[in-house]
Amino acid sequence: MEIDDLASTSGEWLRGIGPQSDIVMSSRIRLARNLADFPFIRQCNDIDRANIDSTVRQRLGSNKALRDLTFIDVATLEALDRQFLVERQLISREHANSDGARAVAIDGQEQLSLMVNEEDHLRIQVMKSGLDLDGAWAQINELDDQIEQQLTYAFHEQFGYLTACPTNVGTGMRVSVLVHLPALVITNQIEKVFRSLQKINLVVRGLYGEGTQAMGDFYQVSNQITLGKSEKELIDQVGDVVPVVIDYERKARKFLIEEDQNELFDQVSRAYGMLQTARRISSEETMHLLSRVRMGINLGLIGDLEIPQVNELFIQTQPAHLQKIHQSALSTDERNIERANFLHRNLKSQDN
Amino acid sequence: MKCQKCSKSATFHITDLTGDGLLALHLCPDCAKHYLQPEVEDTETPKITGVLSDQLKLEQTAEELQELDSKKCPICGISFGKFRQAGRLGCPHDYVFFGAELKPLLESVHGSTEHVGKRPQRGAYDTESQTELIRLRGEMKLAVSEENYEKAQEIRDRIRSIEDQT
Repeated sequence: MEIDDLASTSGEWLRGIGPQSDIVMSSRIRLARNLADFPFIRQCNDIDRANIDSTVRQRLGSNKALRDLTFIDVATLEALDRQFLVERQLISREHANSDGARAVAIDGQEQLSLMVNEEDHLRIQVMKSGLDLDGAWAQINELDDQIEQQLTYAFHEQFGYLTACPTNVGTGMRVSVLVHLPALVITNQIEKVFRSLQKINLVVRGLYGEGTQAMGDFYQVSNQITLGKSEKELIDQVGDVVPVVIDYERKARKFLIEEDQNELFDQVSRAYGMLQTARRISSEETMHLLSRVRMGINLGLIGDLEIPQVNELFIQTQPAHLQKIHQSALSTDERNIERANFLHRNLKSQDN
Repeated sequence: MKCQKCSKSATFHITDLTGDGLLALHLCPDCAKHYLQPEVEDTETPKITGVLSDQLKLEQTAEELQELDSKKCPICGISFGKFRQAGRLGCPHDYVFFGAELKPLLESVHGSTEHVGKRPQRGAYDTESQTELIRLRGEMKLAVSEENYEKAQEIRDRIRSIEDQT
C-alpha cells in the first residue's frame, strides 16, 4: 500500500456509522508501550532508534496476526506525505516532525495504527466510527497481547507500563471520543461543559490532539489519569460521560429549533450555499461551514447530502489531502482556490 | 508583613516580570503556591513541569534543589534537573532510581502510585538483565564515539549473549 493509494480512500472511522454517530465522529484508544531493554526515545541516539525500528519490524513480521500490517517508513517521507498521515489521524504531529528512524504500521481499514519511535517506542492506536469504546478496547487489547508475545515491554510491578512521560504511566492508555458539538458552541454552553469535565479529570482538546484548537466544533474528550484505575474503569469513565454530553448537545439543538427554526435553517443554508459557490476558501472556514452543514443534515434541514460524505470532506479539504488529490504542491492561495473547486465539484453533484 | 492576597503573614517575596514591567509580590505560602501554579495548558509537557516546579520550589531549599537536580541515573545518564525541565524520563530504570522523587509527582498527577490494570502475560521479567542491556548499549555508544572498536565489539558480544538468554 502506498500513501497515494490512501488519498483516494477513506478510513473506517469516517463511515458515519456506529452508535450516536450523528454527534460522535469516532472513538479511539491508544496504548503507550516501551521496550524493556532500550532507553526512552529522548536518550536514544540514531543507532538506538534504528535498532528499535528494525527490532519491531522484524519481530512483528514473524507474528501471523500482525503480518498483514503495512509499515511506512516515516523518516524518509516527504513533509507533505507526513502531514497527510497527520490529517488522516494515523500519526501525531510530533511523530511527523521529529528526527531519526521512525515508522507507522497500519491495516487496510485504517482502524489500527502503530507508531514506532514517537514519544514512546510504541504507540498503539485503534479507531472506530461512532461511540464504540468496548469494540475499540477488545481490538486493541488483542493487538497488545499479540505484540507482547514478540517484544518484552518495560513493566514495573508497582507503576505498571513504564512510559517516557509520567503522565502516561500505569495503563499507558488514553481513551478519546471525538464529538461534534455545534449547538453547544452556538448557545455558548461549551465552556460550561469543559469546566464540568475537567472537574472529573477528563480533558477536552481540539481535533488533532494536544495543543490544537477545536476546528469545526469537533472536540476530543479523553481521560487524564492513567495510573491507579483499571483499563475498564478508564473506559467507563469516558464512556459514561459522553452520553451526558451528547444529551446536552441534543437539548441545545432542540432549543435552537424551538427558539427560531428559521434562523437556524438560514445559518445552515447559508453555510451550504457558501461551500457550493465560494471561489476561494480557507481550511478553517471550510471546517466551520461543514460543521453547520453536518448539523443541518442531522436535523433534517438538508436532504441531498449524507453524513459520511461530509465526514470525508472534512478530511479531504485539509491542506495535505488537497495537494495529494491534486497531485502537486500548492501555495496557500492556490490551495484556497483548489479547495473551493473541490467543494464545488463534490457538492454540485449532490444536486443532480 | 501581611500577604497581599489574604491576611496571613507573607513569607514569599516574588518579583515577576509582566507586560507592564516588574511586579513585586509579598505572599503567604498558600497564595504563593496558587500564584506559582502555571495556568492550565492543553499540552502535557508544561503541565508536568509545572507540577514539578511547584512542588520543588515550595518544599526544598536552593541547595537541596541543586543537589537533587544533579542526581544522575547510572544507566541512561539523565539528571533529575534535565527531567524537571523536559518532563520526560530517560529510561525505564529512572522509575526505580528517581522513585522517591517521582512518587509525590505521580500522586499529584494521578491521585495514585499503584498500577491496578492489565499486566503482560509473560511473567518472566528479568529486570536486571534488561537494565544491564541498556547499560551495555550506553557503554558501546561511548566506545564507538572514542573509536575503541575492539571494546565495542566485546560489548556487542556480551549484549548478544544476554539477548540469547532472554
